[in-house]
Amino acid sequence: MRPMRTIPAAALALLFASPAIGQETDVRSVRAEIARMRQDYESRIQRLETRLARAEAASTRTTATAERARRAAEAGARRPAPGNGPHDDQGAPEPGTETQAAAPARQTAAPAGADRGFNPSISVVLNGTVGGSRRDPAAYRMPGYSIGPDARPVDRGFALGESEITLSANIDQALHGALTLSFGRENTVSLEEAFIQTTSLPWGFTVKGGRFKSGIGYLNEHHAHTWDFADAPLPYRAMLNNQYADDGVQVKWLAPTKMFFEVGAEAFRGDAWPASGSANKGFGAFAAFAHIGDDIGAGGEGGSWRLGVSELWTKTANRIAGADTFDGDDRLTIVDAIYKWAPNGNFADRYIKLQGEYFHRLERGVFNGQGLSAVQQGFYVQAVWQFAPRWRVGARYDRVWGGSSNPGLAFGALDPSGRVGARESVMIDYSTSEFGRFRLQASLDQSSGKYDPSILLQYTVSLGAHGAHNY
Amino acid sequence: MKYFIALAILLLSPIARPAQALEVFACEPEWAALAGEIGGDGVSVFAATTARQDPHQVQARPALISRIRAADLVVCTGAELETGWLPVLLRQGANPRVQPGTAGYFEAASFVRLLEVPTRLDRADGDVHAAGNPHIQTDPNNIRLVGIALARRMAELDPARAAGYQAREAAFRGRLDAAIARWRVEAAPLKGVAVASQHKNWVYLLTWLGMKEVATLEPKPGVPASAGYIAQMVDELPRKGAKMILYAAYQDPKPSDFVSSRTGVPVVMLPFTAGGTARAGGLIAFYDDTVGRLLAGARGHAQRD
Repeated sequence: MRPMRTIPAAALALLFASPAIGQETDVRSVRAEIARMRQDYESRIQRLETRLARAEAASTRTTATAERARRAAEAGARRPAPGNGPHDDQGAPEPGTETQAAAPARQTAAPAGADRGFNPSISVVLNGTVGGSRRDPAAYRMPGYSIGPDARPVDRGFALGESEITLSANIDQALHGALTLSFGRENTVSLEEAFIQTTSLPWGFTVKGGRFKSGIGYLNEHHAHTWDFADAPLPYRAMLNNQYADDGVQVKWLAPTKMFFEVGAEAFRGDAWPASGSANKGFGAFAAFAHIGDDIGAGGEGGSWRLGVSELWTKTANRIAGADTFDGDDRLTIVDAIYKWAPNGNFADRYIKLQGEYFHRLERGVFNGQGLSAVQQGFYVQAVWQFAPRWRVGARYDRVWGGSSNPGLAFGALDPSGRVGARESVMIDYSTSEFGRFRLQASLDQSSGKYDPSILLQYTVSLGAHGAHNY
Repeated sequence: MKYFIALAILLLSPIARPAQALEVFACEPEWAALAGEIGGDGVSVFAATTARQDPHQVQARPALISRIRAADLVVCTGAELETGWLPVLLRQGANPRVQPGTAGYFEAASFVRLLEVPTRLDRADGDVHAAGNPHIQTDPNNIRLVGIALARRMAELDPARAAGYQAREAAFRGRLDAAIARWRVEAAPLKGVAVASQHKNWVYLLTWLGMKEVATLEPKPGVPASAGYIAQMVDELPRKGAKMILYAAYQDPKPSDFVSSRTGVPVVMLPFTAGGTARAGGLIAFYDDTVGRLLAGARGHAQRD
């Protein structure tokens, strides 16, 4: 294609040099001729480029538009300084691109990644486990807590974890959208997330609507496959049925400060544990959070950190868990902290990640016909160390306690019977690449009131579009 | 109360900013240096990463989110180099002025010819970038092209200082061109010299200087070598005539050092970007240091920090 383009350039040069330019009619005809040729060549080049694009699309997904924009940009970039650089030996300016480059240089052609083309980027997460534990997860209970249907240890033996498909893309100049479908081991499909999010609101506002994971806490917003352990920490398991997502709307505001500071508020339907039954005519849950964070040292060479405080208020109408029913309110407060450090701030080979969250919940209402006012608390702390490229080790300690002291509820789910649920876990994982990870995790779980040692081998891989990960 | 808050937000929000410096968020140090050269006092430049950090693997840190929020112009390499972190920053940074497709979003790779564009896309081939090799800054001619485009973009965003940007860019280009002519002479002995590299991030440098990459210590881009592969490299390197083993300042030199100790082929650490070594302060110094280290390496002297 390139040699062909030099022909019109030469032809143009000849035309300009022609002696006929003296007479006005000739000038006009020459201009018309040039315009005609330019048009002719533009359409030819366009045709060629279309063909090229088709050919390229067949073999790879690199688009010809990016290349065209780049070429236009190059021509545009070189134009103000013709012929004074050693890199200018790439052919004469091309008439075909000249007109394109005359437009203001705004060749922000391709956004990063596989978001090119009009197809949404697709990513698939696969995971599975094989393991053993002394106690049967199906009979799991936590003294002091009435727990949700997903709040139990990973299944024994071979077990497929949740397989996820995520589709995401910018909807237009103002909106971004994403959909995550999750397939369970028992061939159940659940809509994990389906939301739209603004990208262009002024003054640091972002609004999200649909079904999404709440911004409370630290881990809650992260997809489970990005967690550093195979299962949720005990306070998440006990108080949020692992993770809190519901249908609703979220408004976030990012302060115009150098230090990171954001606040957010959320309103939900109130269908997700610990809420249930869409109380308040479908306005059953509200949340608010604030995050603050920063680098330590230039480029984060001394590490980076984030602190958060969150509140979740849920109203529950006729929640049924096993034989237990509950009507009432929950108020959950979470304080979370995370710190990450790597030598020189370079996370490629080695890094350390410390995180912890504290949960405090006040549950009030009517439980199995008895008045209830229970305080439940929990926390976890964990450390993960990537000690060599692709190898990481981690340790976690988590603990939950509290429940009801109402004698009418004695021997029921909310009676802690003087017990505190605690668990210690260690893990080592190996990543075949950024996209594949194998993890061996051992836990000593006393959260059910009995010793439950377990060991688990897990794989978590993602394929398709290269996802970007939250902090 | 509500109206008061709304009013306060309106008043405090930085709408009337043109009088202030143009806030530039640079993903990598080379673009921070280039924006600084072109912008002078008219810009305030923030570099998201340092020369000692692998630009593929950056955390979407809180501090970066708030810097994106404040930016008038985001200058990044593109070509999927920042795909693991920049999209998160842009989504969470809530800044409509720097979203992809706006004038405030500048991808340097759009303005140069990319090399090593893969003919097939398969992650079995390692960490390949669909658009081509993104490490364009190791060839000063690319910096030159990006500089011209960047000055135009800065002029478009900040018309009041447009003349200043154009003038500073022209002056910088003059110095760069003179230096390129000088490097052409100085680096003449490097032409045709065979090298091994730890990661495939030197293609622009090697193409510029006419050097040959005969081996890579990674079996696939981004995939660390196994012991077996390293042993194979120890066998192959002398046979292939590699004169030195290149690695970047941000990389762990262990694989290079190991192969070097078994083969006697010297290691050469290169700055990779502005600030990568003590002597590679600015952009021109970065190439000066790079050429100097390569020449020393070609004479058989290992180059470390």
